[in-house]
Amino acid sequence: MRYILRRLGFFIVTLWAAMTVNFFLPRLMPGNPATAMIARFHGRLSGQSLRAMEVAFGVNTQQSLVSQYFAYLGNSFTGQFGRSLTFFPDTVAQVVFQALPWTLGLVGVTTVIAFIVGTLIGMVGAWGRGGWFDSILPPIFIVLSAFPYFWIALVFILVFSITLGWLPLGFGYTNGQAMTLTWAFAWDVIQHAILPAFTIILTSIGGWILTMRNNMIMTLNEDYVRMARAKGLSPARIMFDYAGRNAILPNLSGFGMSLGFVVSGAILVEYVFSYPGVGYMMLQSVLNEDYPLMQTLFLFITVAVLLAILAVDGVTVLLDPRTRGSG
Amino acid sequence: MSAPATTGRPTRRGPPGLRSAGTLGRAILSNRKALAGAILLGICIVMAIIPGVIAPGDPNAEAFMPGQGPSTANWLGTTSYGQDIFAQFIWGARASLVIAVAAGLLSTMISALIGVGAGYLGGTTDSLLSLITDVFLVIPAFPLVVIIAAYSKTGGNTMIIAVLVATGWSYGARQLRAQVLSLRHREFLTAARLRGERSWRIIIAEILPNMTSLLVANFLGASVYAILTAAGLQFLGLGNVNTPSWGTMLYWAQNNEALQAGIPLWAIAPGVGIATLGGAFALLNYAFDEISNPVLRPVRKRRARRTP
Repeated sequence: MRYILRRLGFFIVTLWAAMTVNFFLPRLMPGNPATAMIARFHGRLSGQSLRAMEVAFGVNTQQSLVSQYFAYLGNSFTGQFGRSLTFFPDTVAQVVFQALPWTLGLVGVTTVIAFIVGTLIGMVGAWGRGGWFDSILPPIFIVLSAFPYFWIALVFILVFSITLGWLPLGFGYTNGQAMTLTWAFAWDVIQHAILPAFTIILTSIGGWILTMRNNMIMTLNEDYVRMARAKGLSPARIMFDYAGRNAILPNLSGFGMSLGFVVSGAILVEYVFSYPGVGYMMLQSVLNEDYPLMQTLFLFITVAVLLAILAVDGVTVLLDPRTRGSG
Repeated sequence: MSAPATTGRPTRRGPPGLRSAGTLGRAILSNRKALAGAILLGICIVMAIIPGVIAPGDPNAEAFMPGQGPSTANWLGTTSYGQDIFAQFIWGARASLVIAVAAGLLSTMISALIGVGAGYLGGTTDSLLSLITDVFLVIPAFPLVVIIAAYSKTGGNTMIIAVLVATGWSYGARQLRAQVLSLRHREFLTAARLRGERSWRIIIAEILPNMTSLLVANFLGASVYAILTAAGLQFLGLGNVNTPSWGTMLYWAQNNEALQAGIPLWAIAPGVGIATLGGAFALLNYAFDEISNPVLRPVRKRRARRTP
């Protein structure tokens, strides 16, 4: 229990750090780049909303830095992120919640698939070490993981969309189609997701393979694995229940760091495919100097990553009895 | 990113494994992955040092017919602006290599400073430094990098390197700290303390030499991160889009819809470059795991089946 509480504490500290970074970055830059942006809001916004925006970015406000900071934190926790310049009358929160499901679907599904497949390949590779399986798959995927995500995306578009014409060029669904809960629409969405999904899976699988394979090789040398062999247990049981279950633990705790890596790649993949998710929105906001949207997206990406890490912590507690103790 | 499983390995006093450059050279030659990585890296280094010899002239000169396919004059064809793609490809190596090495070295140094400091000093310092490390580890780096780049519009490679170091040091710091913790109570450190050595001398002369392999692995990992992230930033146009680099080539290719316009080599060539350089570092890293950790070394043949 204490383990989970400690992780929750870490969650809050990290969230606070991300907000603080958001608050201080525009203020630290020479000549506060947000000044020009706020000027564009004049005439469109007035009164309280304009003032809230000025406090958030530290532009012509008389308040002290400390009171600005707490006003900003308060606004963030109550979901007042201001308005988006790019999608003007819409609030930032509306824009973010439109984009979030697309990214959660794409990145969530691909990360889980990559993790499971990568861990399995690493496990089987280490089990039959030096064999044909181990000499082919792990090296291929490790080299693939050194390719830039967005470049693989470009090559996929070239081959499957432009040359072969099998799959759509980009975007989340066929333009103009009504977003309804029908099979036709679902199929349309899946077709659009295939190329981005494969891009992310192919390039992120290598990291899981490498760490799992190394962990597994170390675990297979342990005495309890030898003991299991001596007892005459079936190879599958030894591989999964004895070696695999222990070898997967460092992989799980490395999940947080890898997830940040996957999210980073996914942003570029969304950009290449014009996929209407958080990453694409973020780059749009950068191009339009839409700082409120940009900062809020960063905050939401951080929260999503933190939630995923908490979920993984839960799995760790299930797999590793040591974390359940009072330690 | 790899996690070299070197932590907790029994370490003798003095530099482990790699006693001299000769040993390292032999180890690389005898490991196929290391050899492949070294060759790829060598190609990139040659391109970075003497681009003018391989492809003379200004790579940005708009001197040819735009949008041409490969020919004897332009081996990889020309861009929509009439630039030679081959020349741009060769000249692009330098920026990527400089960013990779500079960002890799700097982040390894910060990792070592914070990781070793935290592990050796212990107590409150350790708790605080570890917390900072973990926070940096979890905050998604690329969105943060994009934000910083968007605010500081000055661009340029120096800005990119600074941002990459600021976001890339935490992974290594965590690993180095773990390694220091496993070394902390060894006899040779106790002996050094009893001799009355100062802390900084113990760290530099006793601890760091024992972590050479981990430091090298860290440098390689940080460099791969730097190559890919820098390419991503340049691809988005968040660097200086007029300096020749593989990332900016991709930026211009994407902005001119090179794929649809029938000049796919404009986008493919720089990607191959990035992948070659990134792959070289990744292969070296993968091989280095095996060189520095005997347990991971490839086995020729599995020992006879254990089942009786």
